[in-house]
Amino acid sequence: MRVNVTVNGSQETVDDVWEGESLLYMLRERMGLPGSKNACEQGECGSCTVYLDGVPACACLVAAGQVEGREVRTVEGLAEGQPGDERLDPVQQAFLETGAVQCGFCTPGLIVQSHDLIERNPAPSDAEIREALAGNLCRCTGYEKILDAVRLAARRKAAHT
Amino acid sequence: MAAPVKGPGPVKSPGHVVAPGIGGVGDSPLRPDGTLKVAGEFAYASDLWMDGMLWGATLRSPHPRARIRSIDIGPALATPGVHAVLTHEDVPGHKLYGEDHTEDQPVLAIGEVRHQGEPIALVAADHPEIARRAMERIAVDYEVLEPITDARAVIADPERLKVQPRGGIVRHQPVRVGDVDAARAQADVVVIEEFEVGIQDQAFLGPEAGLAIPSEDGGVDLYVSTQWMHNDLSQIAPCLGLDESQVHMTLAGVGGAFGGREDLSVQIHAAMLALHTGKPVKMSYNRYESFFGHVHRHPAQMRYEYGATADGKLVYADVEIILDGGAYTSSTRNVTGNAASLGVGPYEIPNIRIDAYGVYTNNPPCGAMRGFGAVQACFAYESMMDRVAAACGLSPVEFRRRNAVSQGSKLATGQVIESPAPLAEMLARLEAMPMPAACDPSDIRNLPGGASQTTHGEGVVRGVGYGVGIKNICFSEGADDLSTARVRLEVIGGEPAALVHTAAAEVGQGLVTIQAQIARTELGVQKVTIAPADNRVGDAGSSSASRQSYMSGGAVKTACEAVRAELLARAARRYGHGDLTAVGGKIVSRAAGVLGSIEDVLGGDAIEETREYHHRPTTGMDPVTGQGVTHTQLALCVHRAVVDVDVDLGLVKVVEMAAVQDVGKIINRIGVEGQIHGGSAQGLGLAVMEEIVVSGGLVRNPSFTDYLIPTILDMPPMRLDILENPDPDAPYGLRGAGEPPTLSSTPAIVAAVRDATGRALTRVPVRPEHIIQETSG
Repeated sequence: MRVNVTVNGSQETVDDVWEGESLLYMLRERMGLPGSKNACEQGECGSCTVYLDGVPACACLVAAGQVEGREVRTVEGLAEGQPGDERLDPVQQAFLETGAVQCGFCTPGLIVQSHDLIERNPAPSDAEIREALAGNLCRCTGYEKILDAVRLAARRKAAHT
Repeated sequence: MAAPVKGPGPVKSPGHVVAPGIGGVGDSPLRPDGTLKVAGEFAYASDLWMDGMLWGATLRSPHPRARIRSIDIGPALATPGVHAVLTHEDVPGHKLYGEDHTEDQPVLAIGEVRHQGEPIALVAADHPEIARRAMERIAVDYEVLEPITDARAVIADPERLKVQPRGGIVRHQPVRVGDVDAARAQADVVVIEEFEVGIQDQAFLGPEAGLAIPSEDGGVDLYVSTQWMHNDLSQIAPCLGLDESQVHMTLAGVGGAFGGREDLSVQIHAAMLALHTGKPVKMSYNRYESFFGHVHRHPAQMRYEYGATADGKLVYADVEIILDGGAYTSSTRNVTGNAASLGVGPYEIPNIRIDAYGVYTNNPPCGAMRGFGAVQACFAYESMMDRVAAACGLSPVEFRRRNAVSQGSKLATGQVIESPAPLAEMLARLEAMPMPAACDPSDIRNLPGGASQTTHGEGVVRGVGYGVGIKNICFSEGADDLSTARVRLEVIGGEPAALVHTAAAEVGQGLVTIQAQIARTELGVQKVTIAPADNRVGDAGSSSASRQSYMSGGAVKTACEAVRAELLARAARRYGHGDLTAVGGKIVSRAAGVLGSIEDVLGGDAIEETREYHHRPTTGMDPVTGQGVTHTQLALCVHRAVVDVDVDLGLVKVVEMAAVQDVGKIINRIGVEGQIHGGSAQGLGLAVMEEIVVSGGLVRNPSFTDYLIPTILDMPPMRLDILENPDPDAPYGLRGAGEPPTLSSTPAIVAAVRDATGRALTRVPVRPEHIIQETSG
């Protein structure tokens, strides 16, 4: 089937999509956007979190056909500018600086989820950060530096608004 | 069904990464791979893609033990879109391989399957769904056999209960010190207890994956996520019937490892399909398959008997440790060795009898996981320390202090601890750390169970517990442990730049960051580039045993020193001074100050040196007494855990963990803190959540829905106190740091739950029914 979808601000037409494919598969294998990760493919780990019409969703749980006519924003769409010369989003920059990234496989999903949290709640408490990120598994960091990253990103975003 | 995949572009493969910042040893510069990772552009193994590639899939056994009467691949092969269906008959070379120089594991099952999930056949197809459906059309006729699943029974009758030709006992390692039977008379206090540790999974997030591409020399280019490329190579090439020079390996991005990538997964299979079809083949497991696609932490059954004097000195230890390795050898020998040599932990005990066994069964295969044989014993010996302390009327910390090792002490193996081991001081520092505030039940999120709590916290009790762990760093027992580094210094764009090339696997731990830090410190340059890890450079050993900072760090340091020596020799000839150093890109003489720049000396030349680094040798364990100088370095970590337990509902909330760890030298503070945080979290998982549940050899929970790892709600804030007592034998005095916190966090948490509940809690993970069952009866 054919899927028409806006991804990271660009209108795309994807052909030959099999009906059983997920949004995650379509992004990763048909659109050259492997940033959203395939850690569990059952909605438990949050590694594939993307914005779907502005709301975070696990791309593995969304059928590709369901995004017809809709808008998707992935981790690749958060930085401004061109690849190689991009300005990272403050959430991305904070994850990088605080040591919130080790293997990095959970990072794209956590960044999208944290980005959404700070959009909704510019000054989240630790309890609110923990609640917002409870659906994103990380196996490397023990989450301490992820909390540091979200606090830092929130402070910086607040300072720039 | 879809047409063949129309893909997005050319192969996305690992490239050189420039290390940002200027930080040397002791700083915390940004990760060289960090920008790619936060931008979603880092090429993990499962992201690899190539025009015209096929998808590989693996048919696995549903039975833990069965004879295979026949395999009919006809219908699968006839499926449109399928390019190949392969069985053991198609393995071009050796049909068996093994992680630890023991070829006992079939590439594809030959006439028999010995564990659930054992690979039987491979499919290559245009689309992963076509491959999956074709796989279902492979008809395997099984004669199902009763699985051998009782490790203790295997020890009792190893000749009869053989799951494979080598079957029975993988290794029995005794340790004998003094005279345990005579020492019983000296003990005022005796405690006997049995313990169990369930199967823990590494649960790395990046699935096993790889891309194999037929190469022009008749070999194969392999992009895979692994921990030890050269050990893979020595297993892959014979099975493919290729020379090692025809297997071109490049490390693809690794999404965590924790031991689970020491054994092969897709490597030989993807290469077989690529060589057979002449096309690129990608394989990527899903989470269900991943639970069967790698080895796990050995489950353990342990019996401990300790005797002590009334004033709190340990007199003897009598220990039996049984580790279930599953059907194949994997790393069970070395895991058993660790369990034996570290079986009573960092305590001075004059009389010791340990019998550690690794055995073959039809349970899930087990091998390396962070802590590697030291974790299981640590839960038992620390639980014993608490029990004996209580029997002596001493606090857990005071009893540990009275028996703690220090520099100069002997371990159970007779090995003298030659570098600092300030355990008593570490415990004192831990005990002096501030305590977290009392539970505030007005916010339900603070209660055990969090937002799912159904009470007002009436049954919540606080507990505090301590745990101590000791871990060997680097390979032990006489292994020729080495790493290789190639360092090139040249002027690029008018600036001196270093290129560091090793085969060492960056698995998330931050090795690439510290390689750049070391090059900056040793060469006095700012610009450092890290080449992709591949087998065009010599063996780096495994990213395991907490060894890469030590070993590949040592190799990079040594190679840099060689480059610097050549640079300064050239500078000495040019300037006529002999007392030179390279600092900040300048050539500096102690007598005459700045003489010139590295660019002046190098001109258009490059200096390139390759060096191997070896740590000081170790010996094996005596097969009868277990004695020997078996470890090159030992590392301590101590934890205090504070928990709130709802004793009515059986729910545990870990409120805080505090840790003191001696890392010798902090090479990168952010990195080492991340190791302690992450290791502690995995220990928390083992304490209260994580277990692969097995019955009759079958895994009951192969998913992240049913196998639970700690979330950000489960992991508490941590207090860290990182000590730097240098090890004079190690590069910069550093001590490996990744594993020790995984040991001590588990017993600390369980001790805290015991403190809150009064329950014996002799098994991990602790489940709600262990907490509530004795009160509800």
